[in-house]
Amino acid sequence: MPPAVETRELTKRYGAQVAVDRLDLRVEEGEIFGFLGPNGAGKTTTLLMLLGLTEPTAGQARVLGLDPARRPIQVKAQVGYLQENMGFYRDLNALQMLDYIAELNGIPRRPALERAEAALEAVGLAAEAQKKIGAYSRGMRQRLGLAEILLKAPRIAFLDEPTIGLDPDGTIRLLEVIEQLARQKGMTIVLCSHLLEQVQRISTRIGIMIGGRLVAQGTMGELRTARFGLGGSEYTLEEIYLKYFREAGP
Amino acid sequence: MSALRAIMRKEVADHFSSYRFLILFSLIAMVSVLMVYMAGLKIAQDLEGEVKQTFIFLMLFTSSGIGFPLVQFVAFFGPLVGLILGFDSINREWNEGTLSKLLAQPIHRDAVINGKFLAGALVIAVTLLAIVAAITGLGLATLGVVPGMEELYRIFCYLAISLIYISFWLGVAILFSILFRSITTSALASLASWIFFSFLVPLAASAAVGAAPPLSGESNTAYLLRITQLERTMSLISPMRLYMECTAVIVDPLRKTTAALVAVGRDEEISLARFAGPLSLDQSLLMILPQVVFLVAILVLCFAVSYVVFLRREIRSL
Repeated sequence: MPPAVETRELTKRYGAQVAVDRLDLRVEEGEIFGFLGPNGAGKTTTLLMLLGLTEPTAGQARVLGLDPARRPIQVKAQVGYLQENMGFYRDLNALQMLDYIAELNGIPRRPALERAEAALEAVGLAAEAQKKIGAYSRGMRQRLGLAEILLKAPRIAFLDEPTIGLDPDGTIRLLEVIEQLARQKGMTIVLCSHLLEQVQRISTRIGIMIGGRLVAQGTMGELRTARFGLGGSEYTLEEIYLKYFREAGP
Repeated sequence: MSALRAIMRKEVADHFSSYRFLILFSLIAMVSVLMVYMAGLKIAQDLEGEVKQTFIFLMLFTSSGIGFPLVQFVAFFGPLVGLILGFDSINREWNEGTLSKLLAQPIHRDAVINGKFLAGALVIAVTLLAIVAAITGLGLATLGVVPGMEELYRIFCYLAISLIYISFWLGVAILFSILFRSITTSALASLASWIFFSFLVPLAASAAVGAAPPLSGESNTAYLLRITQLERTMSLISPMRLYMECTAVIVDPLRKTTAALVAVGRDEEISLARFAGPLSLDQSLLMILPQVVFLVAILVLCFAVSYVVFLRREIRSL
């Protein structure tokens, strides 16, 4: 079985600026992959290339064995994307929004409705299903975004800063739902986040991207060994991350 | 295919439930019904005691009761419907961040433009149909005539050409909504191009030929004919002119030319009609074929530019 995500020398340039520099990434199916890096490191650009929304300048990407640049429709049918600063149709209510997403994904109407209700239940929005999204708080929108992923039930989910702007309680609940998706449904999750403590807790593997380059990739144990030698078992992800960050910095 | 239908369904629902459309529709419906009603009263008065003509029903579209006739009203203000339906179609989604969400679903990019365009065209078609249906009722009330088969065919052609014409402006508005990220800019650009091509180009054409001197040895008549021809050619850049030439022939079977060199009043026209036989529909269609082809061509061109710009745009900027 092909890995969920595999890239080889994947590169994206915008003019002279190199956004993603010869990226070799590998995510196995069923993993929760913590994808870390400072703002502007190229994480989102990488995700867009994996979705076939942006053409790579050079190199190759495979998502579930498919080339997203060539077969974007098949890739997007199996990948859910929760974007940073996602938009919603303000005049629709949550159910209508999910209905639209279901229709775009070709999910038949009746199962779509059941799945939409189940998804809203899972993210705790069932009571607000008839309310217009324009009246939603930031956290509610974030949860609705996750409900869209639940409804679509893809094999891979790219979650770009899903907990941004959430209160601590909401963050923990959202991460619980994400963890359940991977553990119970076998969904592969690529999670971009700055909440290093939580990422450390739920991720099976971690990649650190700085300045367009993947500087580290592996399990927590592997990262510790690579960075601090064998005695580094007490180091947290935060300490590892900052060490990489300072090394890469000017 | 199902994605296209989904986008279309949502867009049509959005249009029909928007205040913007409701206000526009009620305004247009009120004005056109009033205009046709006045035209009907006037025709009834003019025809008092005369032998009833054929094609009286079509006169409702071409005679002016107050101001100008309905065909001209649609030519002037129909584009506004297209522009208003389209000027924020892409950039609104772009600004609100829903466009990248839409494109992250398993759909082709062109489905977004197609869906939005088809939805707008459907709304335009419904609007036109509603107005024509109301006019048919008015014709019955004021003149006591029902349209004959030939008249129905002609009205159908008129509707089709109007749909192409207004859809062209819808396409222009969608193009601007792709080109400009700011909704205000695209609205202004749409309005500016409408005013430029509809009103300034014909004006500029007549100003330009007015400056052209007669050739030496040219008779007055020849000079007049030449500059009229020149003016007409120049003003054909204006989609409104093209549309008016088409519809004038389609809704008036007595017209034998698309050029309006001589203005004929209603009374003269009626008396002339006794001697002149009306054109058959296929002859009328043949006459306006070049204009229709040109209208379709600029619509297609506008679409092609939209595709190229939209499909090549980097998603990072979306």
